Amino acid sequence: MSYLKSTFRHPESPKNDLGYTQANYEGALSTLCAGCGHDSISNSIIKACFELSLEPHRIAKMSGIGCSSKTPAYFLSNSHGFNSVHGRMPSVTTGANMANRDLTYIGVSGDGDTASIGMGQFMHLVRRNLNMVYIVMNNGVYGLTKGQDSATADVGSASKKGVPNMYEPMDLCELAISLGSGYVARSFSGDKEQLVPLIKGAIKHNGFALIDVVSPCVTFNNTPNSTKSYEWVRDHKEATGTFDLVPHEQEITVQAPKDKTESITLHDGSVINLQRQPGSLDVRCRESVLQALEEAKQNKQVLTGLLHLNTDSSNTHEIINTCDAPLNTLGEKELCPGSAVLEAINESLR
Amino acid sequence: MATPRIEAVNDFVIRFANVNGTGSASANNMFSKAVFRMGVPVSPKNIFPSNIQGLPTWFEVRVTEKGYMGSRGDVDFVVAINGQTMKQDYETLMPGGYFMYDSTKALPREFKRDDVIEIGIPLTQMCIDNYTNPRQRQLFKNIIYVGALAYLFDMEFEVLTGMVKDQFAKKEKLIAPNIGALELGFNYAKEHFEGVCGLSVSRRDNVGDSIMIDGNSATGLGAVYGGATFAGWYPITPSTSVVEAYEKYANKFRKDENGKNKFAILQAEDELSAMGMAIGGNWNGARSFTATSGPGLSLMSEFIGLAYFAEIPVVLIDVQRSGPSTGMPTRTQQSDVISAAYASHGDTKHVLLIPCDPAECFEMTATAFDVADRLQTPVIVLSDLDLGMNDHVSRPFKWDDDRKYDRGKVLTAEDLDNMQERWGRYKDVDGDGIGYRTYPGTHPTKGSYFTRGSSHDEYAAYTEDSSVYEANMERLVKKWDTAKEVAPRPQIKYRDKDSKVAAIFYGTSAQASYEALDGLEEEGTKINTCRIKSFPFHPDIGKFIEEHDTIFVIEQNRDAQMRTLLINEFNTGTERLRSILNIDGMPIRARRIKRKIERMLNGEAVSPFTTVNSSGEGVEA
Repeated sequence: MSYLKSTFRHPESPKNDLGYTQANYEGALSTLCAGCGHDSISNSIIKACFELSLEPHRIAKMSGIGCSSKTPAYFLSNSHGFNSVHGRMPSVTTGANMANRDLTYIGVSGDGDTASIGMGQFMHLVRRNLNMVYIVMNNGVYGLTKGQDSATADVGSASKKGVPNMYEPMDLCELAISLGSGYVARSFSGDKEQLVPLIKGAIKHNGFALIDVVSPCVTFNNTPNSTKSYEWVRDHKEATGTFDLVPHEQEITVQAPKDKTESITLHDGSVINLQRQPGSLDVRCRESVLQALEEAKQNKQVLTGLLHLNTDSSNTHEIINTCDAPLNTLGEKELCPGSAVLEAINESLR
Repeated sequence: MATPRIEAVNDFVIRFANVNGTGSASANNMFSKAVFRMGVPVSPKNIFPSNIQGLPTWFEVRVTEKGYMGSRGDVDFVVAINGQTMKQDYETLMPGGYFMYDSTKALPREFKRDDVIEIGIPLTQMCIDNYTNPRQRQLFKNIIYVGALAYLFDMEFEVLTGMVKDQFAKKEKLIAPNIGALELGFNYAKEHFEGVCGLSVSRRDNVGDSIMIDGNSATGLGAVYGGATFAGWYPITPSTSVVEAYEKYANKFRKDENGKNKFAILQAEDELSAMGMAIGGNWNGARSFTATSGPGLSLMSEFIGLAYFAEIPVVLIDVQRSGPSTGMPTRTQQSDVISAAYASHGDTKHVLLIPCDPAECFEMTATAFDVADRLQTPVIVLSDLDLGMNDHVSRPFKWDDDRKYDRGKVLTAEDLDNMQERWGRYKDVDGDGIGYRTYPGTHPTKGSYFTRGSSHDEYAAYTEDSSVYEANMERLVKKWDTAKEVAPRPQIKYRDKDSKVAAIFYGTSAQASYEALDGLEEEGTKINTCRIKSFPFHPDIGKFIEEHDTIFVIEQNRDAQMRTLLINEFNTGTERLRSILNIDGMPIRARRIKRKIERMLNGEAVSPFTTVNSSGEGVEA
């Protein structure tokens, strides 16, 4: 583990449309264990935001409690961050989003934070289709309390403690799909090529976007008998297809053969190019995705990539008809009905 | 009859005993509003079960020319429509009182008091004779007894017919049959009970420009005026109608030119989420609030601690009900005082604002957002079921159009650019314990910070350095001292500067207390008063305690929570602060407070409770 973060950057580091280099999207030095999958995910978030040319201060980083929830300190230091209480990032993000619909909300959580203590909040967040990116850094184990199984651990999977897990796992992707989320993906912290475009797509998606990222815990759950170890995931992951996002402001840079590529346009004009193998999964069909996830499980495979996409959903603000101006920009003039109205109310109460 | 009948003009208590879900509430409200419109102050109390249909419910109306809005105690007139409780209602009537019942069936034999006046009206029979529709038969039964009361109390009949016309302005078809039902009752009473009733309502000019409204509606309206744009909430009696009122008024007054909402309301999955949403909204610069009652307050405690420590403003409306646990969900109490004041683990304390009438519900709710933004901390408006769900005659609402929202110390992009020193979110630059905050999205490179519930330094960075932690905790105490000047001051009233006897009370205990003390003053005992309106306590309260030898602390909970809080905060008064307590779930009654003080001042060793309990303690002679 390092104690100082190098400030040296190559003088000719590439710049994005805003004139920022990737360094402008970095955060403080990570205090997680060396080799932690979470740090790779942080780097993918940095890369995705850089490549999309997002203004860092227009992003809010939200988290709960746990190893994963510490990571917002390690990316996007020019963004406001909120490390809330255990399992409650969804509600805090909901309130923040209600206050200002114009920011990009990236929530980071863990499997304990989401699938156990925060399960209720997570499911209701999905139902309301809050416009946000929700990344689960999923390692199947509690790190900060030193190695207890989490609710996403597979039956029979054993962490460093060596006792195989006896309980059925939660599949967060299946839950999110069944609750109507329009963007659901699964990835692996060790596969940046897959993860970065998935994060970009999630940011561009209008509504709730879940990325469940298997992210091995090198200290407590990287054992040969764990299904959340680097080795196991590398050997058992199966991609639904490759994926690329083309933001509407940018030229299309990756052109795949037309017969194998499906282009899906998002609400802001960005295009997702999905390259599928013949006969593979139709991610727009909820039923077939759920079936594919179950089949993969039976075959001891981890199905990764974009699992489900529905671009026609309305986000929370659209559902409840909030005004276009962010609520936090309204003052007395827009909000207070004034004394004349109050006098009329008084009169009606006499 | 040996006992003389009770006779009074504009000063009596009438109790309606009904079955829940039969439409009685609107008829009873009509009666009480009619008294109000005759210029006579009135205080209605709805005593209802946690049930939708079928269980007993009572509606008590106090007609009070002098304008005492608290509960008086004792019942002079009963309208007994509920067979289940008829015997109980009969027994609780004062000697010389009146018992109105449905005489379609004769009174059972065991109803044989010789000190009450029975007024039998064949309500069921009259409905069968006049209406065919079963629902109408049920609804008009209520209107018929209101008509009978109008005759018996010599009320202005046109006030009642005017109310019917107002109420059904949009359903004109219903006006004639309702007036017809009023006339049926009126005429029956006139024919059979001329001169029987010694109680009457006579027009006065005693309500001035007062309004009549429930506290929760006033609170919801206060949130609209105070600039709240977001409510995250979870339904719970008796706070539900706060957010419902906010929604009603916001829908009326908060639409933009495209018909879109300049507000957002989300019904959360539970109270934890409701509080998390309210905190998230305020963190991001939109005035946000939630409303709950006791069980919700318990669930919100963890989040309240986060808002305290991370210094995020948030407004919580706690409409208290009888605890502990589920308790009596539809009965009133002031029993969240300590759990609200010190909510959450670790060293925490929170600002409380304690309204006593709808006008204060309105003002304090609007003010709560200013106080929360100024102090960057949770502010809890401590109301209760009696105040929140019953109609009260109140001063009208007032708003100064020049009033500006106090958003506290918030930096703009320009402020950040002009800043000479390094900015620190939790730096106490002004010496009042309050730092400067930024909203997310303010400036491309300045002003971002990491909000956390873990220990942090002045720059919001994580720290486990003991001295930094300590300094931060001490700064929060300094902020608490600042709060003492920001929160509303107590209302202190000296009836006699030399008197060594005083009383302290708050919220809905105030009205009945003032009334009891007025009564004592008439008998020559002058007791000075202090009505607490907020926490932290203003130093004037400590001074007030020091000035007196005996101070009655009058409140509606078992454990004397405000007394405990006073002793804890001022570290004084264990001997001098004497409790008068009410825990039966009904609003505390003036007559009982008065008798209790008389006995205590007389040197009698009496229990602090004004109510009857199973061991007989607290029973008043």
